[in-house]
Amino acid sequence: MNQQAMPSGYDWTFESLQTFDREIAAIADSFQLDTYPNQLEIINSEQMMDAYASSAMPLNYYHWSFGKQFLAVQNSYQRGHMGLAYEIVFNSDPCIAYLMEENTLTMQVLVIAHAAYGHNSFFKNNYLFKTWTDASSIIDYAVFARDFIADCEQRYGAAEVETLLDACHALMGQGVDRFKRPQPMSLQEEKRRQQEREEILQKQVNDLWRTIPEKQADPGAEQILHFPEEPEENVLYFLEKNAPLLEPWQREVIRIVRKFAQYLYPQRQTKVMNEGWACFWHFHILHELFDKGLVNDGFMMEFLQSHTSVIHQLPFDSPYYNGINPYTLGYSMMQDLKRICAAPTEEDREWFPDIAGADWRETLEFAMRNFKDESFILQFLSPHLIRDLKLIGVHDDAKKSYLEVTCIHDDAGYKQVRDALAASYDMGNLEPYIQVYNVDLRGDRTLTLQHEMHNGRPLEHDDAEEVVRHLHTLWGFDVVMESVEDGKVRQSIRHSELGDPKA
Amino acid sequence: MTFLIDRRSNPRQKSAVNRQRFMRRYRGQMKQAVAERLKDRKILDQNKGEKISVPTRDTREPNLRHGPGGRYTHVLPGNEKYSVGDRFQRPKGGGGSGNGEASDSGEGLDEFVFQINQQEFLDLLFDEMELPNLTKRQLSGLEEFKRVKAGYSSVGNPSNLSVVRSMRTAVARRIALGAGKRKELKRLEAELEALQAPPGDEARRAQLLEEIETLQQRLERIPYLEDIDIRYHRHIREPVPHSKAVMFCVMDVSGSMDERTKGLAKRFYILLYLFLTRNYDKTEVVFIRHHAMAKEVDEEEFFGSRETGGTVVSSALRLMGQIIAERYPVKEWNIYGAQASDGDNWHEDESRCMDLIQQLLPLCQYYSYVEITERGDKPLWKTYSKLLDQWGDCFAMEHITGPADIYPVFKALFGKQQA
Repeated sequence: MNQQAMPSGYDWTFESLQTFDREIAAIADSFQLDTYPNQLEIINSEQMMDAYASSAMPLNYYHWSFGKQFLAVQNSYQRGHMGLAYEIVFNSDPCIAYLMEENTLTMQVLVIAHAAYGHNSFFKNNYLFKTWTDASSIIDYAVFARDFIADCEQRYGAAEVETLLDACHALMGQGVDRFKRPQPMSLQEEKRRQQEREEILQKQVNDLWRTIPEKQADPGAEQILHFPEEPEENVLYFLEKNAPLLEPWQREVIRIVRKFAQYLYPQRQTKVMNEGWACFWHFHILHELFDKGLVNDGFMMEFLQSHTSVIHQLPFDSPYYNGINPYTLGYSMMQDLKRICAAPTEEDREWFPDIAGADWRETLEFAMRNFKDESFILQFLSPHLIRDLKLIGVHDDAKKSYLEVTCIHDDAGYKQVRDALAASYDMGNLEPYIQVYNVDLRGDRTLTLQHEMHNGRPLEHDDAEEVVRHLHTLWGFDVVMESVEDGKVRQSIRHSELGDPKA
Repeated sequence: MTFLIDRRSNPRQKSAVNRQRFMRRYRGQMKQAVAERLKDRKILDQNKGEKISVPTRDTREPNLRHGPGGRYTHVLPGNEKYSVGDRFQRPKGGGGSGNGEASDSGEGLDEFVFQINQQEFLDLLFDEMELPNLTKRQLSGLEEFKRVKAGYSSVGNPSNLSVVRSMRTAVARRIALGAGKRKELKRLEAELEALQAPPGDEARRAQLLEEIETLQQRLERIPYLEDIDIRYHRHIREPVPHSKAVMFCVMDVSGSMDERTKGLAKRFYILLYLFLTRNYDKTEVVFIRHHAMAKEVDEEEFFGSRETGGTVVSSALRLMGQIIAERYPVKEWNIYGAQASDGDNWHEDESRCMDLIQQLLPLCQYYSYVEITERGDKPLWKTYSKLLDQWGDCFAMEHITGPADIYPVFKALFGKQQA
């Protein structure tokens, strides 16, 4: 192969993209990257903003909040407050990657390597995505969802549907199963089962809320009556199945929202790994292109310039500091893993006896397949990298007026820093843990939810009140949200005690 | 395997529906914001959209998340100076929080700001308003026509020939005329085929061949294109309702009108101008300012320069009458008058004023008078009050005392009439 045969220069063409994609595919294959087929779509800036507004879903139902998102992006983009991403990738089979038309040839090659081979292989092989998402049928399901909701708007009025969707969106974070595997979805199946569900569900609910009391044969049974028997963490699921006053179509809408929440859930838990993995591979693939003589020095300079700015980490005392950059952390950890395998030091052998000196490609594959951010950091963050990034742990206790540095990048602190960093990616830490605790079956049907306070952290109060209102919309009777610490209720929001909405 | 798709030519505005829904939801807040925005607009500055802001509080989408409080260990990168046990003050505003909670506006401001276009701006501004007497002149005096397509006709001018239609008719005619013959031809050919195999009836064969020959000739003789096939585009003249409007801005610039009063008048004119441009294809503006004498001026001079002297309103009305007579035939133009004044007039001018305005009103679609004054019942107000009984449907007057009144007064003048 010679350099003359490959396209070069500033502007891309469809031919040059195809040529490069072939080369990248060959390299990815030599690295044993297992991917879905790719669908690269060239889009313009407005379409990119559309993609932003819909979480990259190629199609979605209509809702004002997506319009708000679009306006917000459009406004900051037009005022020059933000640039748009070079690409967005959507987890489906085939894997859809949107490429901006304004990108230079180098950028297009970079994002193809990054998204179409890096992210793509992550989507296909990481255990969370394999467990929670069914990439082959998500587009079908989105079609079903959009049509169903449009149909509901026709039948029951857009305002009615909007109120319901508002309430569901407020609970989207509480609409995921963390432990059960969801059913695979497909369009025909979904339509058929939706009919069935309508009938069966309504029967069950009717039974649950029978107003004529049945005589209890066994007086002891009354005491056991705790509903739900086990606390339910998927609040939307619980409401879909048990809210007494909902119409069948409303239950179906709740189900749609929670299906999408579930679909997007793994992405939130693997941000660091996913970006790290994609950066690691675009770095290797582009260097391979260079080593083969397929791209020239100018190409590499432009690529490296972009690469370094993507993985740049600002120190925490910078005025522009905006948290730990997931690209930096993920990419550095992936590179560090390779280093530990290929050229371990004494320290590495002590900390990582299993993988020091092992085959790096196999080790990375293992890490990519079987971990999420929290466990990945807990397992693989090395002292070497903690020193490189100069990580420190700062403890914040609301009861004290000061913050205290509890661990730094030294021998005594490595484990603590690693634990604290891993914990900050734990979903339990990021999001309040809320469960449906009880329904007052004998009394006024009050629904009680409990927030298990993690390290004494309370709920954001104003928002929580609003969410309780939304819960009331769905449940139809009084709702209580209790924040519980050490078995004691610290804070309680009861719908019937809230005044009128402020706005 | 890779598919490469160019999506750039897909239909635009995929988010349009969602955007509309957002706008509908916050219509109330946006109407308020639009009324606010009016202050800064120029009168002829019409081809611009507006930046609108809605309180973020209203557009918030609540969710369950952690509030401040409790215990948490942040991990921070890039430490250069701290060691274990160091303490420092908690930064205000939760700096250093590793949660990365995105504020929902992406800006963290109290206002959610976005751009709306001119059309949306005006829709919000003139929601529930209408032009009075709009129908009167649209129905009468239909003297303007435009040519519109109205199907096809078999007669017409060669330049209007519709090739596609003509050919379509020709094809239909050829099929219709040839159908029977082709059927017959097929039958004969089949028979000939049957005869071919055994060497049989030679006479019959010859006869068949001859008949086939004849039929084929007859088929060929069906003309490809005939006169009756020709179709022409048909146009008809459709009467056009008048959609030209002229707006007369009449303002008193005598010494008693100060900058503030003129500023108020200007805002009123802006509204009227925007409103008219929405209802008419073409809107012209004539600025007439007057003190003791009236003069037609351009916008800059209208609002800019100051004059002193007495006030003779009739001079302006007379000039308006003249301009209408010279340049704006009543049959073609919808004429709107908007007069702003502090209400002063030379008392001997009253009767002349009455005469002139009574001549003008039949020519006008609508004539509005706003009096910008702290106290009511100035001379001109009294004069014009007499008109209300007779000309109530095309004449209206209102008081303005401050900027806050302008939009409500405008709404009162042009609000949709009950009944």
